Amino acid sequence: MREADTLRPPQLMEVSADIISTVEFNHTGELLATGDKGGRVVIFQREPESKNAPHSQGEYDVYSTFQSHEPEFDYLKSLEIEEKINKIKWLPQQNAAHSLLSTNDKTIKLWKITERDKRPEGYNLKDEEGKLKDLSTVTSLQVPVLKPMDLMVEVSPRRIFANGHTYHINSISVNSDCETYMSADDLRINLWHLAITDRSFNIVDIKPANMEDLTEVITASEFHPHHCNLFVYSSSKGSLRLCDMRAAALCDKHSKLFEEPEDPSNRSFFSEIISSVSDVKFSHSGRYMLTRDYLTVKVWDLNMEARPIETYQVHDYLRSKLCSLYENDCIFDKFECAWNGSDSVIMTGAYNNFFRMFDRNTKRDVTLEASRESSKPRAVLKPRRVCVGGKRRRDDISVDSLDFTKKILHTAWHPAENIIAIAATNNLYIFQDKVNSDMH
Amino acid sequence: MFARGLKRKCVGHEEDVEGALAGLKTVSSYSLQRQSLLDMSLVKLQLCHMLVEPNLCRSVLIANTVRQIQEEMTQDGTWCAVAPQAAGRAPLDRLVSTEILCRAAWEQEGAHPAPGLGNGHTQGPVSDLCPVTSAQAPRHPQSSVWEMDGPRENRGSFHKSLDQIFETLETKNPSCMEELFSDVDSPYYDLDTVLTGMMAGARPGPCEGLEGLAAATPGPSSSCKSDLGELDHVVEILVET
Repeated sequence: MREADTLRPPQLMEVSADIISTVEFNHTGELLATGDKGGRVVIFQREPESKNAPHSQGEYDVYSTFQSHEPEFDYLKSLEIEEKINKIKWLPQQNAAHSLLSTNDKTIKLWKITERDKRPEGYNLKDEEGKLKDLSTVTSLQVPVLKPMDLMVEVSPRRIFANGHTYHINSISVNSDCETYMSADDLRINLWHLAITDRSFNIVDIKPANMEDLTEVITASEFHPHHCNLFVYSSSKGSLRLCDMRAAALCDKHSKLFEEPEDPSNRSFFSEIISSVSDVKFSHSGRYMLTRDYLTVKVWDLNMEARPIETYQVHDYLRSKLCSLYENDCIFDKFECAWNGSDSVIMTGAYNNFFRMFDRNTKRDVTLEASRESSKPRAVLKPRRVCVGGKRRRDDISVDSLDFTKKILHTAWHPAENIIAIAATNNLYIFQDKVNSDMH
Repeated sequence: MFARGLKRKCVGHEEDVEGALAGLKTVSSYSLQRQSLLDMSLVKLQLCHMLVEPNLCRSVLIANTVRQIQEEMTQDGTWCAVAPQAAGRAPLDRLVSTEILCRAAWEQEGAHPAPGLGNGHTQGPVSDLCPVTSAQAPRHPQSSVWEMDGPRENRGSFHKSLDQIFETLETKNPSCMEELFSDVDSPYYDLDTVLTGMMAGARPGPCEGLEGLAAATPGPSSSCKSDLGELDHVVEILVET
């Protein structure tokens, strides 16, 4: 893995006053979508690199902003439904328009994003403002002509997939068939067709007959990138279940169960909580899965269910602080994880605006900070270190000075290049590899 | 590990108090920590009932933690209630337990340790745990950790603490709740040293009951099941909302 100082100072975008709740690149990496707690979606577009302006090579600019979800009130339960965007997933592009799915706790919406850079002028019956002409003034016919105009990005809701979920939706995933997608809540997973909004098929249901027996919930799920019949879902007990939709209509019986046996020497009252998987991602190759639990990220081989093939410690120094983190609820934070385009590096966020990257080949890892200092033009992004007593170097941070309110839960990696998007509360940082851009 | 550390500190500061507390420390410091974790978890379950729509994953994880603690306490035989005649003693014992927790918190902060047993005045950020536990005491003195009693009392005491939770929910008095939990978020690191013993690693050796932590399969007893039934009731109410 290249040293951290080959990264250019990041772009810092103050996206909104609201906390960013999800970040997602589209399939080419040209577009980057963020969703926030206020139900808004902001889409960034990468500027084409030009020799005329070398400093703005490949930078991301705001492309479109729209209100995806509004707060709702469930009158039956007397509960408010938050407008916070939990997840955004892009559909593969099939024509000039871009489409994405965005979801809050209850409702998924399909948005179509189109560009308009021409408009017709010279109508016979309407004038330029659109008002009807006085017919007596029309003396000849003309053919309307398309004239160029300033680029306008239009976003419209094409489908609203509502009433599919009793519990809170935690993930959505588009199938490789590009026709269907799934949505998962705490207890159920539904399969939808992108064109049909009035029904969905339930493919996983772990709700017990007696709710008093509930001890495990679904935490994340994803379709396999290549095999349209396979998907995985993770649980609060740290297990992964790979399911095959060809086996049965209801995939309650998994095809494979991935679970690491508990280490008896490390067992405490918090063992189960820290084993809960907060995110699961297939590798681009489809051969591996990446999971994040509270203290580690793990790489699993689809062919081996007994244990992960790689385990990386994200912030093991928190192991002795679990009780405090339980008290202040930080232990329930759900961190996401990401693969790079070649599946050789994995990334996840941590506290104090730190994020971590692990190179699977060299086994080296680095801790970086998303902060305003690092976004200054001449700043060199230097690796950070957390010291746990003992020797302390000058720029080290001690565990007790970590700011647990600054958490990086959402990160995304460009599908092909070394560009990463880091959401730090209400700021978005985009880091790009300097080496890449110097080549152009 | 925690118990040993505390002993050393006591030797350094308050040798005369150490003798009085030594008997309690080895056996009950772990129980205290565990009880404190149980109290905190029940409070958290209560809090999430008050939120707009509770996070089901969080509720389930907390409920599972409560179950684990209860199972272990049942195994130890410490999940019990006070016999009625001992009711008078219980509140004082309760004060002692919270006193020790507060004391440990003070020591971690580097402040002077609390003067002694006689001084029931609780200090520091951990004192906020005290109102929760001492509020329970007059209601159901049965919930003291040390006394022994039968399974029927177990059910009664747990049921009563649940009742208290639901009463608070029903009154929905925000100022009262805030009063209880206003300082819960303040220096949580103090709680770390207090409850470090609950973490993995060495446990106070002499106490046999603590071996239960390492046991993989707790054997369910009939009293354990009835307690779990009450907890299931809580979970049912939470998830059905």
